[in-house]
Amino acid sequence: MTEHAAGAARPARAYHWLAAVPALCLLGGIPFANRLEPFVLGLPFLLFWILLWVVLTSAVMGLIYTLDERAARRSGGPDVAS
Amino acid sequence: MSSALAIIGAFLLLSLTLGILARRGRTMNLEQWSVGGRGFGTIFVFLLMAGEIYTTFTFLGGSGWAYGKGAPAFYILCYGAVAYAISYFLLPPIWRYATANHLLSQADFFAAKYTSRGLGVLVSLVSVAAIVPYLVLQLKGLGIILSEASYGEFSPAQAVWISTAALVFYVVVSGVHGSAWTAVVKDVMILGVAAALGLYLPLHYYGGYRAMFVAIEAAHPGFLTLPAHGMSPAWLISTVLLTALGFYMWPHTFASAYTARSEGVFRRNAVIMPLYQLVMLFVLLVGFSAILRVPGLKGANADLALLEVSKATFSPPVVGVIGAAGLLTALVPGSMLLVTAATILAQNVFRSVVPGAADRTVSILAKWLVPVVALLGVWLTLRPGNALVPLLLMGYNMVTQLFPAVLLALPRRPLATRAGAFAGILAGEATVAALSLSGVTLPGLLPGWPALVTDLNIGIVALLVNAVVLAGVTLVTRAPARR
Repeated sequence: MTEHAAGAARPARAYHWLAAVPALCLLGGIPFANRLEPFVLGLPFLLFWILLWVVLTSAVMGLIYTLDERAARRSGGPDVAS
Repeated sequence: MSSALAIIGAFLLLSLTLGILARRGRTMNLEQWSVGGRGFGTIFVFLLMAGEIYTTFTFLGGSGWAYGKGAPAFYILCYGAVAYAISYFLLPPIWRYATANHLLSQADFFAAKYTSRGLGVLVSLVSVAAIVPYLVLQLKGLGIILSEASYGEFSPAQAVWISTAALVFYVVVSGVHGSAWTAVVKDVMILGVAAALGLYLPLHYYGGYRAMFVAIEAAHPGFLTLPAHGMSPAWLISTVLLTALGFYMWPHTFASAYTARSEGVFRRNAVIMPLYQLVMLFVLLVGFSAILRVPGLKGANADLALLEVSKATFSPPVVGVIGAAGLLTALVPGSMLLVTAATILAQNVFRSVVPGAADRTVSILAKWLVPVVALLGVWLTLRPGNALVPLLLMGYNMVTQLFPAVLLALPRRPLATRAGAFAGILAGEATVAALSLSGVTLPGLLPGWPALVTDLNIGIVALLVNAVVLAGVTLVTRAPARR
């Protein structure tokens, strides 16, 4: 059962709040982005706005993941590579 | 038999074979059957979760809503991204607790965290009730695919019976391992088919994407933006919140978090999954391209849009490949839903009533419950009614009511009391039932209030009631002299 070894909880960090930014921009922007024009990449503006923040969600989560892995390695955390 | 149907049949055989192969050489106890022995890495958990998330709902429901409703269908692109961001923080502690305590189901989590068998049973019943419309959605989808691809040979009702029989057989021979392997085939298929259709159809029929949207806007002004009333921005935002919070509250997604080998799996998935969400864009493009090509599909028939536009464009063998992708998008989640519902009823409900039952008895009962639940699903599927998207939203209304109690259970010691969790869930579900069964709408209940309030999704209203009751009862029932 060693492969199931559960690590301890990781500490909460201030940069974790970054994860809320894409969701707030995506949803908070809907009333303002609710328009047809300008077309971007051939898409109506509302559709483009949503896609933009979906892609940026991935980017922001990647940033948080990288920072977390770096912090875990520095403190010799249990869940670095698995 | 049409060649389309023959191709779909071949894919069905392939997935059955994969299911049987995946099972060989393993003794299947309940843990093996339902959580895959907790040995899945990033790719498999990713595929399993994607397998559950990208369902018939995406393929037929998503394109059907783009066809029938326009911009409100964009909500389908949003909620996954919000949910994945939440999952980064939500799933690791759930996985740690579940693995340390050998939990099998979502209800086990509640029962263990709140040390209350009764709460486990309540959650079981709620989650099975929420699974039913979701299962009906998959069966309806299977029925649509088979009857469309048979070019009239099978009526939708016959198609539902045939596909349900295949689904039950598939589940009984393979359990969760079959789902994971078929998910590999399915994901390659749906990615390929959705991308090909979404990229090709607008170019083929309109010469470009912008040209297609301009043509739609000319024919249906305002179709590509949210209306001021009804499915307004307030509706979209509240629906996205409801579905994002409920995303991992489904018993099968919650429990598929248990199949992971380590918690790092979830963190990596949270980074990749939002991009996978982009598949939905292609599906929406297919629905939009169908609007001016195969007009006149009204109400629930809008769900036929993808297959109808495919039939109008391609020869039967190509329609067969598209139908096969659709078949897999229903088979994988359908099998997970059936396994989950059967396991919950056997393990969490039966075992709570008969505490001394042997593991073997529970295991056998779980397998026998699969066809029983499937029959209930068929019965509901054959009743006339809903389109695919409203069915999913109905399930979400129920399942999201579990979120506050899960969130407050994450610390070592739950922040809510047992009575608080119980009362909150009951209040939330009662609100959902009262608002949906009575047919009362918020604009009718609150005449003259702004659209910002009256367009809110009723599930979010119920969630607020839930949270207030949970907090109130927790404050009253918390022992005053605790430490």
